[in-house]
Amino acid sequence: MEAAMGLMRRMPPKHTETALSALLSLLPDHSSDLLSQIDQPLQVLCDVDNAKEFILCEYNRDADSYRSPWSNKYHPPLEEGMHPSAELRKLEIEANEIFTVYRDQYYEGGISSVYLWEEDDNEGFVACFLIKKDGSKYAHGKRGYLHEGGWDAIHVIQVGPEAQGMAHYCLTSTIMLSLTTNGDTSGTFNLSGSIRRQMKADLSVEDGHLCNMGKMIEELEGKLRNQLDQVYFGKTKEMVCTLRPPSELLLPMALPDSRKP
Amino acid sequence: MEDADDIQETPLSDDQKLDIAKWFLLNSPPGEIQYVAKDLRSVLNDEDVYHRAASEAFPVYNKSHIICLQFPNRSGEVLVSSFSELGEDEYLDPRTAQVGKVDHVRQICTQMRPARDEELPSQYIEEYRCALDVEISKYVGESYPKGVFAVYCTSGKDAEDCGSDFELVVVITATRHSPQNFCNGSWVSTWNIEFKDELQTVEVRGKMQVTAHYFEEGNVQLDAKHECRDSTMFQSPDDSADSLMNIIRHHETEYLTSLQASYSNLPDSTFKELRRKLPVTRTLFPWHNTLQFSLTRDITKQLGGGN
Repeated sequence: MEAAMGLMRRMPPKHTETALSALLSLLPDHSSDLLSQIDQPLQVLCDVDNAKEFILCEYNRDADSYRSPWSNKYHPPLEEGMHPSAELRKLEIEANEIFTVYRDQYYEGGISSVYLWEEDDNEGFVACFLIKKDGSKYAHGKRGYLHEGGWDAIHVIQVGPEAQGMAHYCLTSTIMLSLTTNGDTSGTFNLSGSIRRQMKADLSVEDGHLCNMGKMIEELEGKLRNQLDQVYFGKTKEMVCTLRPPSELLLPMALPDSRKP
Repeated sequence: MEDADDIQETPLSDDQKLDIAKWFLLNSPPGEIQYVAKDLRSVLNDEDVYHRAASEAFPVYNKSHIICLQFPNRSGEVLVSSFSELGEDEYLDPRTAQVGKVDHVRQICTQMRPARDEELPSQYIEEYRCALDVEISKYVGESYPKGVFAVYCTSGKDAEDCGSDFELVVVITATRHSPQNFCNGSWVSTWNIEFKDELQTVEVRGKMQVTAHYFEEGNVQLDAKHECRDSTMFQSPDDSADSLMNIIRHHETEYLTSLQASYSNLPDSTFKELRRKLPVTRTLFPWHNTLQFSLTRDITKQLGGGN
């Protein structure tokens, strides 16, 4: 397992799916470990009832079908598929509605889905907030800068049972992204990556679970975006400048260049 | 989870394992194939398949990344590339006219010998090659703190006098491996230079590829490439070398500038296409007051609008 995770740390993030399926076929005995530790790019299906797209993951899957958060129906149809309790479903509907607004405000497009389910071993529950955005100029890229651009956010949050008006929240967030620009003079420029972080908090349930979960997700998602931008992209840029420092650093005087009189 | 059952199909054949193993090795970021090989070996748990995969994938990887190896007596370095390949695991260093024998899997040069006359260009071609080598050496020394380069003749090397076509290739590489900082990167540019006698022109095709990998608690990779063309007049060896070096310098400097521009466009344009730093409202999301959204939604529904 350790070696498998080592490989995943080195393979190009844009090939995560291929790498994961290769590992699954080499290590069939570790498949559930691999699937729980390696996030895959999100897939989408269309809800036949209302023609709205929803996101697929392990948390809305039962056998080979996926439950839509919009109609609460499995696609393809599944008899006796798992459903959340009526109370939790109510919160799920609300969460999906509000998360749609959140997603629109931060992403200006994309698809989101929220799934809730009961925890077997305690009174708490688990929620999974998913966002998928294609930011390329052919899809939801408003400004048309990207030749290719994918962003997948997976937020899984465990909510412990309420005690004395408080609950324990444990959020694990993963971002996977890839962006490519393409120009005649600049060539192909691709950055791709994935990072995962955790955040825990004990919060008063006075404002409701949705408010607490939402704030945590907004904070961690913002942090991850910032880290990708500042730290991760920054480190690759630093590397480029180490390999070939910009000329102003090396050569204070102008060089004779026959092409630019 | 019942995934374990889903996937337990027929066991993989050796050939399938071999393909998977080669895929992992060939997708290793620059400077990381040895680490990938170590992990792969333990995941595979099959020494036969591992050795077959390594012996097939390493030579391809070494040549496509143009790795640089020290001669055994430390008298210099040899670049492993398709341009310098003479025969079975043998690579030419044109500057010293030495040939290194390479152990691809261990990534070392095990033996060296002087190049034979028939492996080297004619004196006429060598004048062009050598003049360009001198100019590129100045340029690489100025522009790359740890640059390595070579100039090869890849076609028409036996031409004795003017009146024939030939091709030189300039390879420039710079790599930095810093596993303790979870960071690796490489710059590789190759310049195909065709001297065309009839037209008295020199056609230049350049290919630059820059990769970087940062993997401390994550995995982020830069993969950038660019191709360009240019041309100049067929002149004397020294004059040709001078104008070719200027062409190469010009394009590489321009490319670096465009890479920097790509980075500076990230925060406000390109990265923003994926997710904004702040919502369109420019304030944090009002989780405390989400009732307003259901209300506006109901109203727009009633008005028959909505999006």
